[in-house]
Amino acid sequence: MSTLKTFNRRAFLVGSVAVAGGVAFGTYLVQRNPENPNLADLGDGEASFNPWVRIDANGITLITPHADIGQGAASMQAALIAEEMDLEWGGFTTEFGRPAAAYWNTAMAGDGAPVLPWDDSFGARAMRSTVDSLIKVIGLQGTGGSTSVPDSFTKLREAGAMARETLKLAASQRAGVAVAELRTEAGAVLLPDGSILPYTDLAAEAARLDPVQGTPLRDPSQWRLVGQPMERLDIVAKSTGTQTYGLDLNLPGMVRASVRMNPRKGAALNGFDASAAEGMQGVERIIEIDGGVAAIATNTWYAIQALDAIEYDWAEAPYPADQADHWAALEAGFTDETFDSEWLNAGDVEAVRPDAAIIEAEYRVPYVAHQPLEPLSAIILVEDDQVQVWTGHQMPRFVQQQVAAITGHDAEQVVLHNQYSGGSFGHRLEFEYIKQAAQIAMQMRGTPVKLTYSREEDFAQDIPRQITLARSRGAVQDGRVISFDTQIAAPSVIRSQMGRINQAVPGPDGQLAAGVWQQPYEFENARVRTYAIEGLSPVSSWRSVGASANGFVGEGFLDELIHAAGADPLEERIRLCTLDDVSRRVLEAVGGMSSWGEVLPDGTGRGVAFVHSFGVPTAEVVEVTATDDGIRINKVWVAADVGRVVDPVNFENIVQGGVIWGLGHAINSEITYSDGIADQTNFYTHDAMRMNQTPEIFVRGLENGHVRGIGEPPVPPAAPALANAIFAATGQRLREMPFWNHVEFV
Amino acid sequence: MQLNINGEVREVDVSPDMPLLWVLRDELHMTGTKFGCGIAACGACTVHVDGVATRSCQALAGDLEGAEITTIEGLGNPDALHAVQAAWIEHQVAQCGYCQSGQIMQAASLLSETPNPTDEDIDYAMSGNLCRCGTYPRIRAAIHSAARSMGG
Repeated sequence: MSTLKTFNRRAFLVGSVAVAGGVAFGTYLVQRNPENPNLADLGDGEASFNPWVRIDANGITLITPHADIGQGAASMQAALIAEEMDLEWGGFTTEFGRPAAAYWNTAMAGDGAPVLPWDDSFGARAMRSTVDSLIKVIGLQGTGGSTSVPDSFTKLREAGAMARETLKLAASQRAGVAVAELRTEAGAVLLPDGSILPYTDLAAEAARLDPVQGTPLRDPSQWRLVGQPMERLDIVAKSTGTQTYGLDLNLPGMVRASVRMNPRKGAALNGFDASAAEGMQGVERIIEIDGGVAAIATNTWYAIQALDAIEYDWAEAPYPADQADHWAALEAGFTDETFDSEWLNAGDVEAVRPDAAIIEAEYRVPYVAHQPLEPLSAIILVEDDQVQVWTGHQMPRFVQQQVAAITGHDAEQVVLHNQYSGGSFGHRLEFEYIKQAAQIAMQMRGTPVKLTYSREEDFAQDIPRQITLARSRGAVQDGRVISFDTQIAAPSVIRSQMGRINQAVPGPDGQLAAGVWQQPYEFENARVRTYAIEGLSPVSSWRSVGASANGFVGEGFLDELIHAAGADPLEERIRLCTLDDVSRRVLEAVGGMSSWGEVLPDGTGRGVAFVHSFGVPTAEVVEVTATDDGIRINKVWVAADVGRVVDPVNFENIVQGGVIWGLGHAINSEITYSDGIADQTNFYTHDAMRMNQTPEIFVRGLENGHVRGIGEPPVPPAAPALANAIFAATGQRLREMPFWNHVEFV
Repeated sequence: MQLNINGEVREVDVSPDMPLLWVLRDELHMTGTKFGCGIAACGACTVHVDGVATRSCQALAGDLEGAEITTIEGLGNPDALHAVQAAWIEHQVAQCGYCQSGQIMQAASLLSETPNPTDEDIDYAMSGNLCRCGTYPRIRAAIHSAARSMGG
């Protein structure tokens, strides 16, 4: 039985956000609910029964505090509220709302507590509950870690039920009819005599009532919206060019800015000569900020032209200048000094039976950039009594703190107008662009300034996914895998990311082991150790974070062991998968979907991989054919268990996108450093997947486990499933991404 | 300088070297056309110039006087959808949606030249349009669907 031997209980790592240990908090703080932020600016006759619903005579507004970065979070949140509130789909507007402790994330503890995802023991529940309490006390509002659905799933249906029942109570009092005789439908209360009282007509009366709490939620058999295909609320706007993103906003009196920061990330600006830029058409001002220069102009293009005309003297990078030295640091990084934690230790990997065959391998995963298609941008207006910020971000309250620290306001005086984002993949968990915009706006008080990155600047400043080197050793005997030992060296993404907002993180980083240590396999002998390497490039959460690298590390190597044992890659995984029944059924499902085991033509092969990440067991089968023009990916089959599929159409879309993200970067993408500067400057040198490489992708969502989110889990199995398929088709084993350095692709 | 955009003559006072993209976005506040890469590597800024799909980040304003420019706003709108836009909605293509103006303009251009495209035609025409979210399977399906509805 695999058991946890040691881990450090001093620290809780909360998704991509770490919370420092040692915080004292009492029962009172934990039980007290944060104030409803809507009450601060409620209009006459306007009701807000809870932080997620506002209603007045003119309409219904649903607050959807999880950022919509393309995953459909706004529609998902609205659907959960509308389900219980009996709203017609689209019979309301949505807003992201103001940053508030009331929107603390109730699901981040799931992945943040250092316990196995299927562990429902008292100790595991107590651990999650402790992390949960901490997140509540500090009011951590955040989108990330695939938590939007699990955070919202019960809470927002309860919010909808509370609104519905309070409106029914108002109708009951007005009409003199018992609440039990009232029905609700399409945003209105229906009286027994057939008359209809729209919610909007009842708002003013309902506003005077105490919200009705404790109403039981409906049985899933009664759901109208949840589980059905929905038309996303943003789909018409996003199909007609009418969706407004942060980059699209135009404010009265606004000026436009762009920046050129030291391309050696985080290093200083020694000096600059802007004489050639001053006086250029459209240019208004050249401003120095920490680590770089901003140009203010009437048009973004003029600003970028001006920055190109400036001469810069940049300081040296605070990390090795050349890529080879980053790898060398990892190669030398398996020491007592860098040891971070031991996550798994079962049996004795050092003393496997003498007649077993031993297999050893080394896996490498490069830095890689986020690069959502909407370049980073932010508009900031600094005034005496408040600062307004228009941008898309996943951590709204941290934005307030970061901006306030620069402008000298209180955090509460910073008003964030959160925006739809053209993708994120972790990029909009970072704060550098907002801090730069705040510095510029401080020098332009009273004028709204829009900062827009050029794509080249976005690449140069993109803080990449962690580089990873893993050394693995395993043993096989009698056709079975009997030992699995992996040691992983990488920079700590949690410590790097939190360090940039001055938060220290004690204890080990769970992301260093994510994607390997929570696998539901039971080996006779198993060990997972992690080593945290300091002094390298700053690193950032990149769609699926630790598992984006470690899924390849673990499932690529396991495939090698299974082939060495002469076993079937899917059958042996199912045999090993004894720790979690939900996971085993996912593996069986993908086998059935793909007709695993059927005879394939010569030159065609299939690979399977399974990764348990963000609480979601996900299995993928990739089929490739070796052609004269290179490897062609034919088909991919995916099975994942999220407990409940909220919208099957959006689910399929997100899973397909996650597979394409995982495959595309595994094949085509890496960030490398020369002279401290990323060599890749635009999409032509850091391309992910395009239409012509895209395979057919077949998706099945299973509903046997806990309710979870699907944004990240499809990514980690994609790369190993592809590598394993290429091995099956060609006999060539890939142990290093990107794969195009080793094989040709069509 | 006068530019003919979506059937209207617009007067702008900019450097003739300014790419059309930045005239549309920052001068005319027509933000349906997206800035993605600035070097014709992503297709987010695709418009039609005299009916041909063109990367507006590479088309200089000074070269476009007298040309007929069509942007996503001129292709159709929520009350009068172009067949390609209707197909995009039917197939629920968008995730973040940021690339989709360009994808739709490219697809409309493809269908005007090749009314019933094969998968290979679609690969050839659409591979210059990057979608970081990976909506390609739905883009492909929506193009086939639009071809049918347009009688291709």
